[in-house]
Amino acid sequence: MATKTKTKTKVEIEHLVHHEHVQDHAHDDDHEESFVSKYIFSQDHKMISRQFLITAIIMAVIAMTMSVIFRLQLAWPGEKFAFINALLGDKWGKDGILDPNMYLALVTIHGTIMVFFVLTGGLSGTFSNLLIPYQVGARDMASGFLNMLSYWFFFVSTSVMLVSLFIQDGPASSGWTIYPPLSALPEAIPGSKLGMTLWLVSMAIFVVSSLLGSLNYIITILNLRAKGMTMTRLPLTIWAFFVTAILGVLSFPVLFSAVLLLIFDRSFNTSFYLSDIYIGGRPLDNVGGSPVLFEHLFWFLGHPEVYIVLLPALGITSEVISTSSRKPIFGYRAMIGSILAIGFLSFIVWGHHMFMTGMNPFLGSVFVFTTLLIAIPSAVKAFNYITTMWKGNIQFTPAMLFSIGLVSSFITGGVTGIILADSTLDINVHDTYFVVAHFHIVMGLSAIFGMFAGIYHWFPKMFLRMMNKKLGYVHFWLTIVSAYGVFFPMHFLGLAGVPRRYYTNSAFPMFDNLVDVNEIVTYFAIFGAIAQAIFLFNFFYSIFRGEKAPKNPWKSNTLEWTTPMANIHGNWPGALPVVHRWPYDYSKPGNESDFIPQTVPLKEGELDGGSH
Amino acid sequence: MSLLVLLAIVLLIIAGHQLLKIIELSRSLKKTKEWQISDTDNNLMGKAMLLFMFLFFAFFFWQVDRWISRSLPPAASEHGVKIDELWDANMYLITVIFLITNFFLFWFAYKYRGNQKNQAFYFTHNNKLEMLWTIIPAVALAIIIIFGLKYWNEIMDDATDKNKITIELYAKQFDWSARYTGKDGKLGETDYRQISGTNSVGMDTTDIFGYDDLIVKNEFHIPVGRQIELLMRSRDVIHSAYLPHFRAQMNCVPGMITTFKFIPTKTTAQMRKDPYTIKMMDGINKQRAKFNEEPVDFDFLLLCNKICGASHYNMQMNLVVDSEEDYNAWIAKQKAVKVVAIK
Repeated sequence: MATKTKTKTKVEIEHLVHHEHVQDHAHDDDHEESFVSKYIFSQDHKMISRQFLITAIIMAVIAMTMSVIFRLQLAWPGEKFAFINALLGDKWGKDGILDPNMYLALVTIHGTIMVFFVLTGGLSGTFSNLLIPYQVGARDMASGFLNMLSYWFFFVSTSVMLVSLFIQDGPASSGWTIYPPLSALPEAIPGSKLGMTLWLVSMAIFVVSSLLGSLNYIITILNLRAKGMTMTRLPLTIWAFFVTAILGVLSFPVLFSAVLLLIFDRSFNTSFYLSDIYIGGRPLDNVGGSPVLFEHLFWFLGHPEVYIVLLPALGITSEVISTSSRKPIFGYRAMIGSILAIGFLSFIVWGHHMFMTGMNPFLGSVFVFTTLLIAIPSAVKAFNYITTMWKGNIQFTPAMLFSIGLVSSFITGGVTGIILADSTLDINVHDTYFVVAHFHIVMGLSAIFGMFAGIYHWFPKMFLRMMNKKLGYVHFWLTIVSAYGVFFPMHFLGLAGVPRRYYTNSAFPMFDNLVDVNEIVTYFAIFGAIAQAIFLFNFFYSIFRGEKAPKNPWKSNTLEWTTPMANIHGNWPGALPVVHRWPYDYSKPGNESDFIPQTVPLKEGELDGGSH
Repeated sequence: MSLLVLLAIVLLIIAGHQLLKIIELSRSLKKTKEWQISDTDNNLMGKAMLLFMFLFFAFFFWQVDRWISRSLPPAASEHGVKIDELWDANMYLITVIFLITNFFLFWFAYKYRGNQKNQAFYFTHNNKLEMLWTIIPAVALAIIIIFGLKYWNEIMDDATDKNKITIELYAKQFDWSARYTGKDGKLGETDYRQISGTNSVGMDTTDIFGYDDLIVKNEFHIPVGRQIELLMRSRDVIHSAYLPHFRAQMNCVPGMITTFKFIPTKTTAQMRKDPYTIKMMDGINKQRAKFNEEPVDFDFLLLCNKICGASHYNMQMNLVVDSEEDYNAWIAKQKAVKVVAIK
């Protein structure tokens, strides 16, 4: 017995020694990898990040195509489009006219894919994975294995969602918020048959993926920072990913429970969300549940989710605007403070989605108060971005263009949030196109602009080549013009009282004078969708044939640019870097170059920029 | 035909491939790299930013000019007028913020466009400035919150007017019905298990208060100037009773009774003579003429505003606001439902 314990201890010590060794030196060349372990079941954060990105791009193309199909229907209801028939077949697109149930299904899946697979999985998955180990100065994520699982759960989840598009009764079609009883009762809508089951299964798997990822991000940031990398020397990207991951860990389990209870109601005849229902020619036995419970659970995730989507985009923008303006980010500590404030407040505002649901109006008042509070840190962020550009020496990289686009859409969509957060004003525009305009601009556009900024900025790090700048310019201008062209006019539909999720606005005369608004929106949508082909070409072409990237193309201070331009195992060939300063020493007086990487020691008497 | 198309595509791909090769070759001869940002780039993009700002603002004002007159007509209810006032005040405020902040954003992008000779100003933070733009939004928001909540509490308060009229709106896939109390002033109890072909809203047949209740479909009437208390129920899924002209909305949730109250201030006839409405209906009828459809007159409408299934887009009921006399005449013509107790 004694010997056995002894041996075990020895093994443990060896393990520790080995671990130390890994921390000191990357074992780059001695590490043979097969095709499967390098490209498929990879545990390397850089590869996983690329996997997330490419999956998200594919999903985004699918979701965008869906939006073009239903925009055609909204602009020209009853018009026959041969390609709708070709895509959807006779069942869903007879004679080229979109079926009403399929319309709702497309709206639902468009929203689901965009929110969860593109802007959560795609944005956070890609850039948290790429940048956390690089920017904190770590060899890899705390657990490469869990990280790999995180991607593959994500992959399975997207696959299940895609499979649901091909089943007999069509995919889930009760809106991306899947409020029961519509989502609970197969008699209510065909999409609530197998399609809804698959949606729920997909989402449950997605939650697993998100949790595995988020826990890893948090642990890596807390434990694997390089020497000298204090929390107040972290780039704002990392702060944003950090708070995002915490939000995910705390809120996704609540979505999971909401989904689980809905599965129970659907499959095991429980009554969590159902009561007093008569459908399909018979009264149901379910008594005592409430759909409002579901709404609470859903939005307890749903609102933090908005910030899970937004914060990484804002983090990326902070980095890009500072680097490209050749100026420190203005108010670094205030930026951290506002990220934390937004993170905290995002948990106590969910009720603003529910002013009109029959929730107690007094509770509504509380949510008005907390929701308007969140406008303060958001405003601080916007003003700080603008001040960062003031007296800068702005280098218009494609990433910088998209970052400016983000700040613009964050403001433009943000101000209408002030209206919608006010329960009194919400009464008349709740669930109208005014809301559609608001959240698409503030969340959809901002996050997607942030994602583009990130892709253009870190493409050299991911694929070791440069994207084409001119195509990037063209892509940006076409995108921002069509994006505002699509979503700005929707405010006016909302002012005219047009409800969202209407298959057509032609069922009564009230909205007949809005035909041109809908047409303009659709023209811009088609235009914007085609413009994305420029990006797709630039992206995939540059992966293989782009110009070779130099080590630090944007003259940036953060640690990822100190590694050689090769995707090596362990990131740094020698010892890990040591950090001496904050990441925003751009154009610091008394220096020859206009940037000082974080690894450069402070001169005698020099103060660290972020420390005072 | 399809063969020709295929051939064209193949040729196009080959041509594109050759073009790319030429570009790649020429780029390896150049000294500066394609991706590097030159002063020319910065100049061009900086000016483009400014141009975009002007176009963006022009687009904004063009839309307002063209479409604001197609917004809902001025509110036809007492609380709606207050909502409209608050709405306008908020709208002006956010429009100003929207224009100013976007202006600074794009103006700075233009003004501080990069140049190799320039150096950026090292400016890490300024506590006074940051306090300023924390406090200003905080004060502005406090004012918004105070007014908003004051109105909210009034609007959502219980209907207490002695003279009120209580109407139940009953939603099901995909139509509405309205139930009036009848002479006793009380709605009968309901029980969803008793729903049948002859008892569509599920009246409890053992409750005598229900015997004189009136149920109408397709169109319902209310008198002007009286407090209307709406009680809302749903048979199957969540619906939302949306009365946009009155600035009124509330979800109809299975298993719950939700409420909303309002006082209509204009009759349908008055609305039809309102200059704003006349202009709006002109626009609507012009568009209808293009579709070869009959011209229509203004009507109040109850819409469903919560996704409820395939025909969600067509779940509607007309609402007529009458003078007191017209209303009394109309309600006298309605017949009680007379549900018979099942023995």
